[in-house]
Amino acid sequence: MPMITYREALNQALREEMARDERVVVFGEDVVAYGGAYGVTSGLVQDFGDKRIMDTPIAEGVIGGAAVGAAMGGLRPVAELMTINFALLASDALINHAAKVHHMFGGQMSVPLVIRMVGGGGAQLASTHSQSLEAMFAHVPGLKVVTPATPADAKGLLKSAIRDDNPVLCIEHALLYRVRGEVPEGDFLVPLGKAEVKREGKDITFVAYSRMTLVALEAADRLSQEGIEAEVVDLRSLRPLDMETVLASVRKTNRAVTVEEAWRTYGIGAEVASRIQEEAFDYLDAPIQRVAGVEVPMPYAKNLEQAAIPDARRVVEAVKKLLVRTNV
Amino acid sequence: MGGKTVTKVAKSGLDKKTVLNFLHQMLLIRKFEDKAGELYARGKIAGFLHLYNGEEAVAVGAVSALQEHDLLITHYRDHGHAIAKGIDVKRCMAELLGKATGCVKGRGGSMHFFDMSLGMYGGWAIVAGHLPLAVGLGLASNALGKKQVTLCIFGDGATNIGYFHEALNLAKLWNVPVVFLCENNLYGMGTAVHRASAVTEMVRKADAYNIPAERVDGMDVLAVREATAKAVEHARRGDGPYFLEVLTYRFRGHSMADPILYRDKSEVDEWKQRDPIVSFRQKLEAEGLLSPQELEQIERETDELIAEAVRFAEESPDPPLTDLYEDIYADS
Repeated sequence: MPMITYREALNQALREEMARDERVVVFGEDVVAYGGAYGVTSGLVQDFGDKRIMDTPIAEGVIGGAAVGAAMGGLRPVAELMTINFALLASDALINHAAKVHHMFGGQMSVPLVIRMVGGGGAQLASTHSQSLEAMFAHVPGLKVVTPATPADAKGLLKSAIRDDNPVLCIEHALLYRVRGEVPEGDFLVPLGKAEVKREGKDITFVAYSRMTLVALEAADRLSQEGIEAEVVDLRSLRPLDMETVLASVRKTNRAVTVEEAWRTYGIGAEVASRIQEEAFDYLDAPIQRVAGVEVPMPYAKNLEQAAIPDARRVVEAVKKLLVRTNV
Repeated sequence: MGGKTVTKVAKSGLDKKTVLNFLHQMLLIRKFEDKAGELYARGKIAGFLHLYNGEEAVAVGAVSALQEHDLLITHYRDHGHAIAKGIDVKRCMAELLGKATGCVKGRGGSMHFFDMSLGMYGGWAIVAGHLPLAVGLGLASNALGKKQVTLCIFGDGATNIGYFHEALNLAKLWNVPVVFLCENNLYGMGTAVHRASAVTEMVRKADAYNIPAERVDGMDVLAVREATAKAVEHARRGDGPYFLEVLTYRFRGHSMADPILYRDKSEVDEWKQRDPIVSFRQKLEAEGLLSPQELEQIERETDELIAEAVRFAEESPDPPLTDLYEDIYADS
């Protein structure tokens, strides 16, 4: 299987879906000549021409709204918003419009659209360019949200998102674009709303998504040296949320730690922990721990930024705290 | 008051059947709105109810210039537009009463009338939120070679929001077949246009984006029809977006909750002198195109349609509780 980067995997997904279905169009800020702020749309204009991929002004409101309208008009648009921080400017189009069309208009029409954006921090871009706001969007019925952690998932989830008849937000991570991994060639799909066990273990379950999946895997490797085997569940989709996979793991390990880059309060970890205690309370041997981003606006200085983002050390600490309580 | 006016029906080039249908439609909308206001006062309709009285010539004149497969996307004061685009008044009234037979199954209410099969692509209730959608619809028309024009209607209040400027700019850049029609009724809720907009002639705002624009008398159905036909033709030809500022006036409050403290009764009375239905009727009569019998027949037919709509709505069932969980997502 070819080893390619996360960026190349996304590009491949776009390329394949544009070739497969001429209704798939791409637009956004600097997606044509520039190739996308993170290089994901590089080369597409050469292959598909400027009717299939178009630049927009820096105007997220109309990018979001035009994606909704284009989908209503029969296209399957993939719009790029550059970053999730700018998606706030498009959030009216996404939450008030994209998420409502199918339901509010009596099920007459669906809006098959994908909005791609970068989330997360770690590149010293300070507080307005480093946020992990995915929980805001995952909160909304009518939207789907995917957060690929690996190149294979990036390709498979984006392809599924483009084929889905609903509005799907594909939230990528700035620090993952250069990560390499094995990616199946051709028509490889990852279903939306399906988590994956990225590492098996019997002692504790880590529930993570996006880049924190890699952090959880690193923590699992460290713990393994001490004889603790962690199972790592990568949610992959935040909405729909695949609790079955999470619950099956927790029923086996009886302990869980959620790992997210976003702020802890009202977060994905809070939702997952709540659902675990609602549905698998009797299986728990210890309170669920949450490892999350420190609740501050992201600072620029390297040492401060690093201190604000969860790493493997903090995950290991959370595990130790939890194991002390349960005498394993 | 400004804006282009067509003085004679005979000069409009429209046949008698068409112009009598204009009167029929305007009356139907007026009676629908009056009945809705009455049912609201009796507690049969809830939520917000924004009535269109006084603005009927805009909906009827503008929509008449569209072809059947053209699209209409509009704001929350949408009853008149929906009726003009062909949604049966029975399904409109049922929607207001929150019934399963409503045009959107009782899910949207007054502000969200919609019928995909008729190209009525929604009442949208976030001011100016639908302007970017119109750009997307225009993009789809171009990309799929549909030669389909989108008529996008919004109020004067929408022109002060970022969405408006983003949408007009991109519409011109992408050369989309969209007719932007601003219903300037002089108030955004209760705020007079000069208190909300640094530029009170909306037509000038289109110039910032190199979009051709025209100002039209919105109390004259023929003037609206003529201007919209020209704009639609421009868009269909592939010449890109067009902008119309249509001067009109709403006779009733912003919504049923509006005590109308912000304008003088004398101003309302002055505009009522230019009632688009009365003036058009008088014009038809003066030109010998409307006999007392024909008028009586139109009055009777529209009365019956409204009575039937109310009966249908009242007799229709509520949505079943199982509907609560339906259609949140489309099946892929």
